[in-house]
Amino acid sequence: MYVAVKGGERAIENAHAWLAEERRGDPAVPELSVAQIRAQMALAVNRVMAEGSLYDPDLAALAIKQARGDLIEAVFLIRAYRTTLPRFGSSRPVETADMRCDRRISATFKDAPGGQVLGPTFDYTHRLLDFKLAAEGEVPPAPRADTQPGAVPHITDFLNRDGLIQTEEPSNAAPPDLTRQPLEFPANRALRLQALTRGDEGFVLGLAYSTQRGYARNHAFVGELRIGRVPVEMEVPELGFTIQIGEVELTECETVNQFAGSKTEPAQFTRGYGLVFGQTERKAISMALVDRALRWRELGEDDLGAPAQDEEFVLSHCDNIQATGFLEHIKLPHYVDFQSELELVRRLRAEAAAGKEAAE
Amino acid sequence: MNDYNFAYLDEQTKRMIRRAILKALAVPGYQVPFASREMPMPYGWGTGGVQVSAACLVPEDRLKVIDQGADDTTNAVSIRRFFERTAGVATTGRTRDATLIQTRHRIPEEPLTRDQILVYQVPIPEPLRFLEPRETETRKMHSLEEYGLVHVKLYEDIARHGQIATSYAYPVKVEGRYVMDPSPIPKFDNPKLESAAVQLFGAGREQRIYALPPHCKVVSLDFEDHPFEASKADHACDLCGSATSYLDEVIVDDAGGRMFVCSDTDYCETRRDAGHLGRLSASGPVTTGQEDAA
Amino acid sequence: MTGGFADPSIQSAWGFRAAMMAMARPGDILKVAGAQAPEPVSVAAAVLLLVLCDPETPVWLAPSHDSVALRRWIAFHTGAPVVEARGDAVFALGAWDSLLPLGGYRIGTAEYPDRSATLIVEMNALRGDGAVLTGPGIADAARLSLPDVAAFRANRALFPLGLDFFFTCGDRLAALPRSTVVAQAAEVV
Repeated sequence: MYVAVKGGERAIENAHAWLAEERRGDPAVPELSVAQIRAQMALAVNRVMAEGSLYDPDLAALAIKQARGDLIEAVFLIRAYRTTLPRFGSSRPVETADMRCDRRISATFKDAPGGQVLGPTFDYTHRLLDFKLAAEGEVPPAPRADTQPGAVPHITDFLNRDGLIQTEEPSNAAPPDLTRQPLEFPANRALRLQALTRGDEGFVLGLAYSTQRGYARNHAFVGELRIGRVPVEMEVPELGFTIQIGEVELTECETVNQFAGSKTEPAQFTRGYGLVFGQTERKAISMALVDRALRWRELGEDDLGAPAQDEEFVLSHCDNIQATGFLEHIKLPHYVDFQSELELVRRLRAEAAAGKEAAE
Repeated sequence: MNDYNFAYLDEQTKRMIRRAILKALAVPGYQVPFASREMPMPYGWGTGGVQVSAACLVPEDRLKVIDQGADDTTNAVSIRRFFERTAGVATTGRTRDATLIQTRHRIPEEPLTRDQILVYQVPIPEPLRFLEPRETETRKMHSLEEYGLVHVKLYEDIARHGQIATSYAYPVKVEGRYVMDPSPIPKFDNPKLESAAVQLFGAGREQRIYALPPHCKVVSLDFEDHPFEASKADHACDLCGSATSYLDEVIVDDAGGRMFVCSDTDYCETRRDAGHLGRLSASGPVTTGQEDAA
Repeated sequence: MTGGFADPSIQSAWGFRAAMMAMARPGDILKVAGAQAPEPVSVAAAVLLLVLCDPETPVWLAPSHDSVALRRWIAFHTGAPVVEARGDAVFALGAWDSLLPLGGYRIGTAEYPDRSATLIVEMNALRGDGAVLTGPGIADAARLSLPDVAAFRANRALFPLGLDFFFTCGDRLAALPRSTVVAQAAEVV
């Protein structure tokens, strides 16, 4: 009659085998290669690198393959791998002014030194399903032009020259690292930015959108959005100089926001900042808006009680690996606790019934 | 064995966790923040307990892993296998043979001894969290020993239901100082928190470790006119006849038939092996312990 | 540089288990092995340094133990920075008199009582007699040959703040967390 559920180990093994089969799908269809995912699903790869906090397109592509295209699962694989890696040192801060830009736009000026470069964007595509792609057609090469020589200065630097935008104090302090120290509140801006750049794109997008709709509205203009590659350099103490160890693709967004000012200080624009691995502009813009909303205290603004202003709320809930783990753990057995609730509710009902009887 | 360090975690991570454990033992019931690592299993599935166990294990340990009191629930199987592979430790289902027990939601029925370590998986370590969601606020409350909020909550229960309506994760006060969440064990288990064993609590996602040294004073919060009561289903185990163990209610047919069995599977098996019988023991083919691939 | 663990992950695990059981059960004396730091550091203290210290834990060396050789040994085997001020230390090592006064060490804050120093006190003898210990981790009462009583009482009065102690002698160690109530043997009898 009663059979205790045993054989958990075999069940797990069988589930894994089935999963592997499902992952492969119809064997009549050619298998996806990691190189194909890396090259043709690049934006998915970028998101996995950004939220996984590990710049490695090949591993991100592998994770996507292993995760059957579930990007949060892929981020999880990357994070779990990342924590096992030894740390040899820290890079120098990257210099985004030296970025080789594939895309660079400003909403605040019609044109600027360095030019507006649309780059490979969906922006002005009409969202019509392209059935030609279903036929696996090759595309003709895009027109080419030479890259413009010289650095591409930041748009906000122009404003800064006239004192129109608030200056960020440079600091040589080592930024905190939430992957090595427990999160502690209040968090400084560097820590908030780290949490946001790793944070879930959907969550950060939703918060950013809420600020646009009036929950701590701060009226952001995209001062500049740039996407491109920057060199990564590292100081090697044994050598006594800095060497370039590679290159990363980044998306950087600086927003120019409503001005602050008072009777004693003249009005000035303020900034929000987003910096994310890969071509990930939705995330970078979102990050900049949320960063700006979280700065209410240091900029002397009012706490309007908006979710995007609430550092503890934002930082405690933006990590999708934490969120998905805890959310999904409720499918684990909880029957012991449920039993205790069951007994309690039965007792409460019995006592209520007895009380009613006594009263009648 | 494999490519990973002993018990998976790197040495630096283990040192960080070990330091947190020592401070946790020095301040019983206080939640020590630690830089929880991302583990190869999801947050909420025992990453805190796994990290604490990994930091404590020695190769000679005999490990037991239970979930809901049972050794064969899938997540317990998964965690046990993780340590078999990464630490090469022996495992056991026998409570008395185990040197380190990792648990979720239960304390074994059999009293633990001074040479045993019990590691709890903790989802929300903060006993005040559901009353005050902000860490900045709850930290202040602990520092000021300001626990009025918990009492108000329990009192509101009494006002509404005539009794305290908290049946698991029932808050306790440790050594007269810190209010502590005992993890979501049924309140039936609360008296067992005063134990000869070392008890360690790990919350991975929430990045906290706390501890109860052996023989630590642990008092379940209550009121004089509504004293704490460790309740359970008012039945005896249908398999081993125990009238004192915590029971699972099992629905056996679609006509409302049910039976009650010990949640602690080792306790139940040990009793049955010793010849104890329950209501349904003799009446039919009661089969447990058989392989049944789900 | 010699004296480190030959098999760090396993020997650290053993060393920590002993340290943890000592801290969990104040007064218990446990044996450890496998590390040898320059004189006059005991085997037990050397094990504790290897098990617990790394670049994240500033160490203060009391004059009784401070030496170029020991600083080198700590740097090589643990990477822990040796600091000049005891107030910066997460761990301090030395003979009892040399570690005094206790007032200069970090005792934690009301919100973070864990941010306090742990002192490794080198002893000429370590026995289960002398001062009477009661409190968490102790069934009835334990005894330990503490170097002082008043100092540990004053430390207990700071609870939940305060210092935590390891006592080391040869290859043996014991511990006294801040939670333990310490009394003179005579007072209890």
